[in-house]
Amino acid sequence: MSDTTLARTAAAKPAFSLGRLLLEGRAFFALILIVAVFSFLSPNYFTVSNFLIMASHVAIYGILAVGMLLVILNGGIDLSVGSVLALSGVIAGALMQGVEMQALGVILYPPVWAVVVLTCALGAAVGAVNGVLIAWFKVPAFVATLGVMYVARGVALLMTNGLTYNNLSGRPELGNTGFDWLGFNRLAGIPISVLVLAGIAVLAGLMLSRSAFGRWLYASGGNERAADLSGVPVKRVKITVYTLSGMLAAVAGLVLSSQLTSAGPTAGTTYELTAIAAVVIGGAALTGGRGTVRGTMLGAFVIGFLSDGLVIIGISSYWQTVFTGAVIVLAVLMNSIQYGKGPRKG
Amino acid sequence: MTDVPQQKPDLAEVVLAARNVAKSYGNVHALKGVNFDIHRGQVTTLFGENGAGKSTLMKILSGVIQPTSGEIILDGKPVAFNNSTEARDRGISIIHQELSLAPNLSVRDNIFMGREIMGPTGVDFAEEERQARRLMAELEEDIDPLTPVEELRLGQQQIVEIARALSVDSRILIMDEPTSALSASEVEVLFKVIRDLTAKGVSIVYISHHLEEALQITDHAVVLRDGTMTAYAPRAGIDLEWIVRNMVGDNYDLGSPPEGHVFGEVALSVRDLTVADPKGGAFNVVDRLSLDLRAGEVVCIYGLMGAGRTELLETVAGRLRASSGEVVLEGREISHLSIAERIARGLALVPEDRQRDGLVQTMSVGENLSLASIASFTKGLFTQKKAERALIDASIREVTVKTSGPAAAIGSLSGGNQQKVVIGKMLATKPRVIMLDEPSRGIDIGAKAEVFKLLAEEAKRGLAVIYSTSEVGECLSIAHRIIVMHKGRISAEFDSNVSKEKIMAASGESVAA
Repeated sequence: MSDTTLARTAAAKPAFSLGRLLLEGRAFFALILIVAVFSFLSPNYFTVSNFLIMASHVAIYGILAVGMLLVILNGGIDLSVGSVLALSGVIAGALMQGVEMQALGVILYPPVWAVVVLTCALGAAVGAVNGVLIAWFKVPAFVATLGVMYVARGVALLMTNGLTYNNLSGRPELGNTGFDWLGFNRLAGIPISVLVLAGIAVLAGLMLSRSAFGRWLYASGGNERAADLSGVPVKRVKITVYTLSGMLAAVAGLVLSSQLTSAGPTAGTTYELTAIAAVVIGGAALTGGRGTVRGTMLGAFVIGFLSDGLVIIGISSYWQTVFTGAVIVLAVLMNSIQYGKGPRKG
Repeated sequence: MTDVPQQKPDLAEVVLAARNVAKSYGNVHALKGVNFDIHRGQVTTLFGENGAGKSTLMKILSGVIQPTSGEIILDGKPVAFNNSTEARDRGISIIHQELSLAPNLSVRDNIFMGREIMGPTGVDFAEEERQARRLMAELEEDIDPLTPVEELRLGQQQIVEIARALSVDSRILIMDEPTSALSASEVEVLFKVIRDLTAKGVSIVYISHHLEEALQITDHAVVLRDGTMTAYAPRAGIDLEWIVRNMVGDNYDLGSPPEGHVFGEVALSVRDLTVADPKGGAFNVVDRLSLDLRAGEVVCIYGLMGAGRTELLETVAGRLRASSGEVVLEGREISHLSIAERIARGLALVPEDRQRDGLVQTMSVGENLSLASIASFTKGLFTQKKAERALIDASIREVTVKTSGPAAAIGSLSGGNQQKVVIGKMLATKPRVIMLDEPSRGIDIGAKAEVFKLLAEEAKRGLAVIYSTSEVGECLSIAHRIIVMHKGRISAEFDSNVSKEKIMAASGESVAA
C-alpha cells in the first residue's frame, strides 16, 4: 500500500510543477497569448509603432495600478484614484489658465514644473486624507475612499462648472509652455509617458523588494497585529501607501491631460476599477501581503493590449467590456487556486 | 482499511467510532491514526494536554473538518460527513471550545440559527421563544430568550451554546471544554442535565482540562498524546494519577529552573499598573499591579484564563494603554514609548496566539525571523541581503528551527517550530527582558523541552524572563519565582519549592472535587 502511495507522488510531481509554472506565470503567458492571437488576426498589431502607442495607453492604468498595488498589499483598497486623476487634471488645467490674485490685481502663470509639483502635492494630500481616515479613525478603506471618490469628483465638477479646459499648451510670452511634453514627446523613440511608467515601476519595485518600508508593507498587509507587535509602525505604513497612491493618481492625471491636451472633470471614471483589475490579474491577493510590481505591470499590459487589440480588429466596444470582465474573473479564480491551498489560520 | 483495532469493542454498544483517523495540515500532524469509541447512553471523556489533538478529533467526528485518512463508523456502517450540517442531521452535535455565537443576535435566534422553525408566515418566533424558555428552565438559568448574546457574561454565553446543542435532540453530543467559564453551581446543573440525557440513551463525549470534574461524570476515559491514543479504560480502572501519567508520558521531564548564576540589577519594574478592560467592561483587567524582575531571573506568572496575564504583558509591551501606573526598563520610564521603541530598548513580547499575533503567514520563515530587527540590517535606503541572511541563519541555529530553509513557507512548519520562529524573532532583537505569553500552547512535549532549555541558557547569560502559563507543571520546571494572578491582581507569590496545589489554590481554581 505504501508502494502505491510512493509511486503516485513520484508520478504526480512533474505534472504538478508544470501546472505550478503555468499558474504562477499566468499573467505572462496570458500576455504572450494575447499578442500572438492579435498578431495573427491583424497585420498592424505586431509593429513597433503600434506597441509604443498601446504602451502609452497602458501608462495611465499602469501608474494607477502601481499605487493600487501598494494599497492592496496593505490589505486595503483605494476607490478614489479615478476621481483624484480627474481632479488633478482640472487643477493642472486651472493653473495653466493662470491664477488670478484679485487683491493684488495680477494673474500668475506658474511655470509647468511648478504646475506638476503642485498637482502631485494635491494628489498626495487627498491620499493622505484617505490614509488618516483609515489608519487613525478606523473608517473601512472601502467606505473612506468611496467617500473621497465622490468628493474629489464633485470638486472637479464645481471648479470647471462641468466644462473642460481645452487649452493647456500655454503661451511662450508667459513662459509656461511645454505641458504637452509628457503626453506627446519621445525620448529615443519611446513616449515619455511610458518612460514615466517604467521609472515609477522600477522605483516601486526597489522599494518593495529592498527597502525596510517594503518589508513593513508586506508584513502589515500579511498580518497587521503580528507586524505591530514586531515593532512595525503599521499606522505610518498605512498613511504612506494611500498618500503614494494619491500622488501616483495625480501623475496619471497629468499624463492623461497632457496626452489629450485638455482636462475634463469627468476624466478617469471607473479607472480605479481598471487599476484594481490590473493588480488582481498580476496575482496580488486582495487580502493583502501578496503581490509584486512585475505582476501588476503584466496585469496592466494584459488589459491594455487586450482592449487595444479588440479595437484594432474592429470588435465592438461592448464586447471589449465583456472580455475584460471575463479576464478579471478568470484571474481571481486563479488567485484563489494559488492561495486557497494549505492550512489557513484558525 | 486493513488495520483492525486492537481491542474488539462490543459493536452493539458503540454508536460512533473512529478507525485509524489521521489529520495533517501540511507537515503538521494533528492526529496520527486514532481509534475512538462512543458508547450508547454513556459519557466518554477525552483527556490530553493542549495540542494533543482532542479538538481535532472532535471536529472530525462532528463533520466540521474531514480526516486525511481513516474512517468514521456510525451504527456499524462507515460514513463520511462533508460538513457539520450533515453530521447534525444524523444526530451528532458539538459544543465548541470557542463560542460560535452571533453576539448581535438574541439568545432565541442563536439557539435556532440555521434551522429556524418555519410557520405559515415565515419564522415562527413564538414557538422558538417558547422552546428557548423551556431550555433555559431546564438549565436552571435565568436568561430571557430575547436578550442579545453580547449582553450576557461569558458563562451565560456558554450556557446558550449548550442549550443550542440540546435543542437539536441529538443522539451523540460532543462537549469540548463546556465548563471553562461556568461557575461551580452551573457545572452541577450541567452534570444533572448530562445524567438526564444519558438516561435517555444519549451518548456524550466530554473534554475538560478540569480532571477531577471530568472524573465525576465519566464512564470511559480515553487519553490522547501528540496525536495518538495512549490509553483507554472504563471508569473503574482509572484515577487521577493514571490520567496524568498517560497524558504526559513517562519521559515527562522539563528539567528544573536554571541554577548557578547570580541575578543582576532590576531589569524591569512595573509600578501600580492599572489597565481598563479594552472591551469596555466595568472592571480593570489589571489592577494596581507591581512587579520587579531582575536580570537572569525567570519569573512565572500563573493564572486561569481571564486572570489578566495577557493584558498585563501586552500593556508592558506597549500594545495596550495603561490607565495609570508606570513601567520602568533598566531604570528608565518607558510608558510613553511605542512598541518599536520598547523593542529597541530591549523589551520583547512573544504573544499568546502565534497565528493571530506572532506570525505573518504570507511571509517565509526567514522573513518572519528577521521581521522585528529590520533596522539592524538596513543601511541607508536599502536592506542588506548578506546581513539579513547572517541574522536569519544565526537565529535558526539558536532556536533550532527544523525547516527546509529560510525561504520555506511559514505554514510548512509544525506548531512547535512555528513557536520557535516567534521566539527566535524576538530573541534576534537582542532583548534584555523577554516576556512569553503561554508559549507552550499547542506544541508537543519535545519542542516544549527545547524552548525551556533555550530560556534557561538565555537566563544564565543575563536575560530576564517573564513566562506566563496556565499549566502548573511548567512553572515548577522553569521559574525561580512564581507569581499567581487572579482577577488582575497578584494573589500570591512563591519560590520554586512550592507545591502544585498551593499554586492552584491561589489562582481561584477549585482543587477539591
